[in-house]
Amino acid sequence: MSHYSALSILRNAFSGHRNWTRAWQDPEPKKHYDVVIVGAGGHGLATAYYLARYQGVKNVAVLEKDYLGGGNSGRNTQVCRSNYFYPQSGAFYEHSLQLFEDLGQELNFNVMFSQRGVLSVCNSMHELEIYRRWANAIRMNGIDSEMLDRGEIRKYAPHINLDCRFPIRGGFIQKRGGMSRHDAVAWGYARQASAAGVDIIQQCEVTGMVTSDSRIESLQTRKGDISGDRFALCVAGHTSQLADMAGLRLPITSIALQGMVTEPVQPIFDTVMMSAQIHTYVSQSDRGELVTGGGADLYNSYAQRGSLDTQQHNFAALVELMPIFSRLRMMRVWAGVCDMAYDVSPIVGKTPVENLYISTGWGTGGYKAIPAGGDCLAYTMANDRPHELLRPFQLDRFSSGRLIDEGAASGVAH
Amino acid sequence: MLRIPCPYCGIRDQDEFRFGGESRARRPENPDQLSDEEWAEYLFYRDNVKGRHEELWVHSYGCRQWFNVTRDTCTHEIVGSRRIGSVNG
Repeated sequence: MSHYSALSILRNAFSGHRNWTRAWQDPEPKKHYDVVIVGAGGHGLATAYYLARYQGVKNVAVLEKDYLGGGNSGRNTQVCRSNYFYPQSGAFYEHSLQLFEDLGQELNFNVMFSQRGVLSVCNSMHELEIYRRWANAIRMNGIDSEMLDRGEIRKYAPHINLDCRFPIRGGFIQKRGGMSRHDAVAWGYARQASAAGVDIIQQCEVTGMVTSDSRIESLQTRKGDISGDRFALCVAGHTSQLADMAGLRLPITSIALQGMVTEPVQPIFDTVMMSAQIHTYVSQSDRGELVTGGGADLYNSYAQRGSLDTQQHNFAALVELMPIFSRLRMMRVWAGVCDMAYDVSPIVGKTPVENLYISTGWGTGGYKAIPAGGDCLAYTMANDRPHELLRPFQLDRFSSGRLIDEGAASGVAH
Repeated sequence: MLRIPCPYCGIRDQDEFRFGGESRARRPENPDQLSDEEWAEYLFYRDNVKGRHEELWVHSYGCRQWFNVTRDTCTHEIVGSRRIGSVNG
C-alpha cells in the first residue's frame, strides 16, 4: 500500500497516474481465521481495522456478500453528531465524534469530515421546552450544544421560512457535529485493514453455520467453508437472518429508511438542519446535491425501497421549511434496511452463543457510530469482555429492563 | 404506496392505515409467573421474517378496525388480509 500525500500525487502525475497500487487486496479465503467478521460495511471494516491495528489480532477475515460499503454504509445521509440525551449514548457517540475528528489522519484517507454544525429547530413552544432540556442534558454530558433564538437560526440557515405552518420558536446547535463522506469512511477502513493483514473477501455470502454446544465452528459461504475462533455479525438489517443460522433470536425489527438527493446546485446551505416535529432533515453534499430524509417507512421491510407517501411527507416538510428548494428536482431516492431495537439504541457485544459477537440495533443512525463501534467491538472481541462504553448496550438490557430509550436516536422521531 | 385490502372497507391507500407489527405475539396466559426473559421474549423479541410475513394493520383513518395482512417483506406484495379470529377470507 502506498502512502497518500501531495508528494505521491505529484510522483504519480509524472507517470500519468498509471502506477497507483490498488487500495486493498482481493485474496482468496483461507481455511481458518482467528476472527471472522460478516459484513464489509463501515462497522465490519472498522472492527477489523482496530483488531489488527490496536488489539494485536492479525488473522482476521471480513466476508461480504456483495461489494464492500454497498449496504447501509453507502445509503445513509452522512451525518455525524453526538447530541444524545442519555449519558450512556452521549459518552459512546462522543467517542465516535472524536475519532471522526482525526479519522482522515488516522486512515491516511480524506474522509471529508466537515464540522459545519447540526442544527435542530423547534416548531412549537412545547418542543422548545423539551429541546432546552435536551440541549442542557447534552452539556451535562460534557458535549457542546447551544440554544439558539430565531435570529440566530437565521444566521445558520438564511433561507429558512421561520413563519412556516408551525412557526419556528428556536432551536439548538451542536457546532462540532457535521458530515463526512460515507464511501471514504468505508474505503479508508478497508484500505488500512487490508494493509494491516486483514483479508477482505467480497462476493462471499454466508449461507449457513456449523455449530456445536452453543459455539460456531465454521461458516458455510459461497467460497467454501471458513472456520474461526470468534465471529462477529456486522450486517445491519439482516442480523436476524444471520443470527438465526446460529440459533440465536434477537429483539430486532428490520424497516426501510429512505434517503434522497436533489440535482446538484451551487453552495447554498452550509449546515445540517433537522426538524423533528414536521420531520425532515437536510444538508448539502460537497457535490452540491441537497441530501434529505425524514421518517422511516414504518413496516417490516427488506426491500431497500420505501413508499411514495413517505417521500411526499418529507418533501412537503422540506419545502415548507426551505421554500427556496421547492423547484429543485429530485435525482435519486433509495432506502437502507435498518435494524431497529425497541429502544432505538444499539446492541453490541457478546451473545448467548459463546464465540459470537453482534453489532446491531444501529437502526437509522449507525453511520456516525462507525469509528466507535469498530473500536469498542474490537476491544470486546480481543478481551472477551465488553468495552466500558458498551456496557449499557448489551443484549441483556431487554430482560433487565435497563433500556436506553433514545427516541432522539436520529434527531428525528422515528 | 401500498394498497391495503381492509376486510371491512376494501382496498385503500396505505396512508389511511397504521402498521401494528408481527401478528404472532401472543399475550402470555400467566403474566404473574413469567420470568424476566419470558417477558423480554413477549415484549421485544421478534421473528423479523424475510419473506411472507403475518402482520397487523389498523385502519386508523377509516373504520378503525384491526386486522391481519399477509405481506412479503422483500417485495411488499400483499397476498391477502383477513379479520382477526377468522382463518380465511
